[in-house]
Amino acid sequence: MVQAINRALAEALAEDPAVILLGEDIGAAGGPFGATRGLQQRFGPDRVRDTPISEAAIMGAAVGAALTGLRPVAEIMFMDFVTLAMDALVNQAAKARFMFGGQRGVPLVLRTPHGGGLSAGPQHSQCLEAWLCHVPGLKVVCPATPADAYALLRSAIADPDPVVVVENKALYAMKGEVPDAPEPIPIGRARIVRPGRDATIVAYGAAVHWATDAASLLAAEGIEAEVLDLRSLQPWDEAAVLESLSRTHRLVVAHEAVEAFGVGAEIAARMADAGFDELDGPILRVGAPFTPVPFARELEAAYRPDAARIAAAVRRTLD
Amino acid sequence: MTRMADPLALLRTMLLIREAEMALARLFADGEVPGFIHLSVGQEAVAAGVCSALGPQDSVASTHRGHGHAIARGVALDGFFAEVLGRASGVCGGRGGSMHVADLNRGMLGANGIVGAGAPIALGAALAHRIRGTGGVAVAFFGDGALAEGALHESLNLAAIWRLPLLLVCENNGWAEFSRSDTQVAATLSAWSAAYGVPHAEVDGNDAAAVAAAAAEAVEALRRGEGPRVLEARTHRWRGHFEGDPQRYRDAEDAARAAGHDPIARSRAALLAAGVAESALHAAEAEARDAVAAAIAGARAAPAAEWADARHGAYAPAES
Repeated sequence: MVQAINRALAEALAEDPAVILLGEDIGAAGGPFGATRGLQQRFGPDRVRDTPISEAAIMGAAVGAALTGLRPVAEIMFMDFVTLAMDALVNQAAKARFMFGGQRGVPLVLRTPHGGGLSAGPQHSQCLEAWLCHVPGLKVVCPATPADAYALLRSAIADPDPVVVVENKALYAMKGEVPDAPEPIPIGRARIVRPGRDATIVAYGAAVHWATDAASLLAAEGIEAEVLDLRSLQPWDEAAVLESLSRTHRLVVAHEAVEAFGVGAEIAARMADAGFDELDGPILRVGAPFTPVPFARELEAAYRPDAARIAAAVRRTLD
Repeated sequence: MTRMADPLALLRTMLLIREAEMALARLFADGEVPGFIHLSVGQEAVAAGVCSALGPQDSVASTHRGHGHAIARGVALDGFFAEVLGRASGVCGGRGGSMHVADLNRGMLGANGIVGAGAPIALGAALAHRIRGTGGVAVAFFGDGALAEGALHESLNLAAIWRLPLLLVCENNGWAEFSRSDTQVAATLSAWSAAYGVPHAEVDGNDAAAVAAAAAEAVEALRRGEGPRVLEARTHRWRGHFEGDPQRYRDAEDAARAAGHDPIARSRAALLAAGVAESALHAAEAEARDAVAAAIAGARAAPAAEWADARHGAYAPAES
């Protein structure tokens, strides 16, 4: 997946002189996860800028640059560190179009990795995307495959408003084809990963793969679960979820983030309303328990949702 | 060669700011201004002086006490008053109000409700000017209370490392909201500028001509690519932190002393001493009064902001 991200950044830099990258160690070092490798050599230190460890200034500068004719793509090394950039993101970037009466948008992108599985501990593993989905003015996407990582990042950079691209650390090493001339993926459009008639599992990021594994487990029991990859969390594809629900009549929402007050809660609430007549079972959520992400391998394995938990939720909603 | 600002033009700008803000104080007391407002009465010389050194390509990030910056930057009074009164014809459609007056086509990146937040935004604007080769510079206004904000330190550090054309202008009025700033900030601005290797100049913030000259000198250095500058203007906040602030934390003498440093009286006296006819000054005063009265009348007559227009304003309209 990092190669797909790298290609999207390289093509955007090549096509539009207004695109710049800024973040900690993205230049000479090529980025902490290698997503920006080689880009500074190719596009120069002016457009691929190493910053000091100053998240508030990185994000604030991205806002000011975006209001002054550039299309900055900022990287925050771990999503946990967006806490240090929240004023610029929430009070400035998200508000400017609205509070300035539509004079101009803030065409910036924030790339940031979330997720566990690396024993990175409580401050380097969090999935905080629900916070950002809650802020009017921001868009949030979360790719599950290299092809989507490429296409969603291109769409994010082209977007006239601020877009947060949440990348799952555990998926960085994932291999996958990106076509030579990929179709653009509009922000806000989900995709059916695996069709099925008995239940719908809505997921995003790493949970898409757990959901697919769960569907395989369930298939062995004769249950055909449909897996929907949201791809975009804000806005999210309500029509696609409703359409799937209206065929399967059962809904499970799965994500790596903490279950309580999460993206799944929003989807469940909307479908309890818009999809009320379609439901033949309770809408169930599968997410992380309400604790920080633990460090030790055994603890983290127990903490993270997985295919077995998703499959159990599907069985329960079919009961 | 440093361009000399026209002293009469500086006075005109200050008169416009003073008229506008005193009118806002009356409108606020009469309940015509929704929300709350922070007036910069007494500090007009800083806004007028600094903005006189800027060209149309330059960018300004302002503060919650930002009316003077907007007016000095040339934001039209009609749109300004309509915004602060929450009318549809406001420069931001009545969605922002006093703390968010922005006019992006004039490089006015907005007043700001968050103390210190303008500095990183101006930093980014300076970066954009550098990368796009516009020749423009960026100015961040902030108060002495903002010296305790981390974003300001991060911004000065980054501007210094990248040698960006960023002018950080501290309007040092001695107050951090409801507290004396010397009880809150351990270092002086000159010491912390020196720590980052950034040239710092201090100027009498009640002397518009002095501010204009110092700002022009700094802006020229920025345009020559010499890296960021800090300009500290000592001035006085005549009124409370916000309108209606009972200022129980401030003794009456302090407020009275502040009024003894009126930048407008000072500029007026200097002009008279230089031989400008008093009638010319009266004409400038009348002009400011008329302009403000007309803008207020326009704002009052303008339709109220409509929710239907704002409802879908958080994002660009979807492409069809």
